[in-house]
Amino acid sequence: MIGFGLGRFLKKIRPRERGWDDPKIAGRDERIFVENKKSCPVCHKGLEEGELERTLYVCPSCKHHFRITPWERIRFTVDGGVFQEIAAKVESVNPLNFPDYDAKLSETKDKTGMTEAVVAGRCKIENRELVMAVMAFNFMGGSMGSVVGEKVTRAILEGARQELPVVVFATSGGARMQEGIFSLMQMAKTSNALALLEEKGLPFFVVLTDPTYGGVTASFAMLGDVTLAEPEASIGFAGPRVIEGTIRQKLPEGFQRSEFLLQKGFIDAVVERKDLRRTLSFLIETHQPSEGGL
Amino acid sequence: MKNQDVAKKLVELKSLAERDRLDITEDISRLEEKLKTGRLATSTAWKRVELARHPDRPGTLDYIERIFNEFIELHGDRLSADDPAIVGGIALFGSQAVTVIGHQKGRNMKENIRRNYGMAQPEGFRKALRLAKEAEKFKRPVITFIDTQGAFPGISSEERGISEAIARNLKEFSSLKVPIVCFIIGEGWSGGAIGIGIGDEIYMLENACYSVISPEGFASILFRDPSRAKQAAELMKLTAPDLLSFDIVDGIIYEPVGGAHTDPDFTAAKIKLQIADSLSRLCLKSPQMLVRDRSLRLQKIGAFAEPREKRQHFLKRLFGG
Repeated sequence: MIGFGLGRFLKKIRPRERGWDDPKIAGRDERIFVENKKSCPVCHKGLEEGELERTLYVCPSCKHHFRITPWERIRFTVDGGVFQEIAAKVESVNPLNFPDYDAKLSETKDKTGMTEAVVAGRCKIENRELVMAVMAFNFMGGSMGSVVGEKVTRAILEGARQELPVVVFATSGGARMQEGIFSLMQMAKTSNALALLEEKGLPFFVVLTDPTYGGVTASFAMLGDVTLAEPEASIGFAGPRVIEGTIRQKLPEGFQRSEFLLQKGFIDAVVERKDLRRTLSFLIETHQPSEGGL
Repeated sequence: MKNQDVAKKLVELKSLAERDRLDITEDISRLEEKLKTGRLATSTAWKRVELARHPDRPGTLDYIERIFNEFIELHGDRLSADDPAIVGGIALFGSQAVTVIGHQKGRNMKENIRRNYGMAQPEGFRKALRLAKEAEKFKRPVITFIDTQGAFPGISSEERGISEAIARNLKEFSSLKVPIVCFIIGEGWSGGAIGIGIGDEIYMLENACYSVISPEGFASILFRDPSRAKQAAELMKLTAPDLLSFDIVDGIIYEPVGGAHTDPDFTAAKIKLQIADSLSRLCLKSPQMLVRDRSLRLQKIGAFAEPREKRQHFLKRLFGG
């Protein structure tokens, strides 16, 4: 969009978000969906009470990274857990009039205490400001419908407008089936927003977490300037069941895991949860637009 | 015209013909057929899915043959392979050079195996992007034809980054500096469809289908039972009229009674008219305008609710109350 005024364009397509007027401080989220806190589901070693909280929900013996909720991740990733949410009030409707979708949504909202499968906002990491969106697998499998697409898009465009880097923590089972074509179109919308961010010369970082599939992988989650993944996360386009159904054979060990993607050349690095904050901070620092050119 | 109205007209016509001894049996039988099978009858979504999958339904190459004067197929993604599930090349539309890209299913079993039933692997999407970028370099409009069950879900696909290939296409096509016109001609399911489905104008054949996943996939995810595909199809809002009402597509191209395969020449002629119309409009726009309008189009898609923040009038804010 050379020579056309991207700033004016951004203003036209999305409202300006309010500044730092009402930040939320992420507290301990009791709804982390670790069902059994007594032992690790991978190595079956026993866990002491409160041990997981201290290790950022990583098994101390086998390094299994438990799935966690957005607010829990925000709490230990950003400075002081201070998070200025954007687009907090955007909520799903039922565009196809799909039976039981409304009921399912309100039930999930009650259960998770969230309004949708992503939380987006402004925050700081080691005192550097950024826009961050964190997805939630416990909200309808982290599926992307209109709201997830819209909130991720707003996060990206807010980055473009405020000249801030954008970070997304991805986890998703894929598209929100109940929204049909609308959910498919979110892939195009979010990817287009990234084209606008790129034009401004701003960086986009992705952290893939367990699991990330379908329409999310095949759009913004694979478009990072730098793409990181937590260890052993399952990441792919089609789910293992679908692939096994197509080829009628068992999948090899480690297929679609972070390390597999690293080997195949589709992600930059596998980073343990305890190192993510430092890594992101380093990336943001090294991607600062240099003043007056090189 | 509603069904009952047509039926009524038909009875009138018949009695008129009898009274005046006119030979209009051909017209009458045409109308009767229309009433039974054609678009005047309220067609169920599943019927359209079946028509979209009809083995004789014309595909990308059938349309290319009928619409363009000359066509040369170009192959390969310049990285590893050529994917026959997506065909592409340069064609002459009248005297205007255009780039054409589309999914291609097989016309028989042998060809279907070679073309993987029109299910593209990463190489297919990368070839499409290469051709689109080549079109951009030489300022040629791009025409795409969508007809796929989806991107291929297999080990090879995942190993070579099917997600990355689709994602990159979405981003690059959305900011391509030449006009793109898309036609959904048959099945349009999932990332496989949208991977070459971003354009300035998008048209759908009357019996084509477009949704996030195939009815079988939908049924197996939501109902855990792929055999309930028929039921899923009715809920998915995947027909051309649905998509038009959602503003996802710009228009419907009507097919001959009984489906596109009953008269491919007729269907191709209609598509040809639409291409001429769209290009006459889009070729007037500057590259900046094209990219901006395409962005606007994508950015406004989405169904959600957001309560407006109450904005107090500034006088009220100053003086209270």
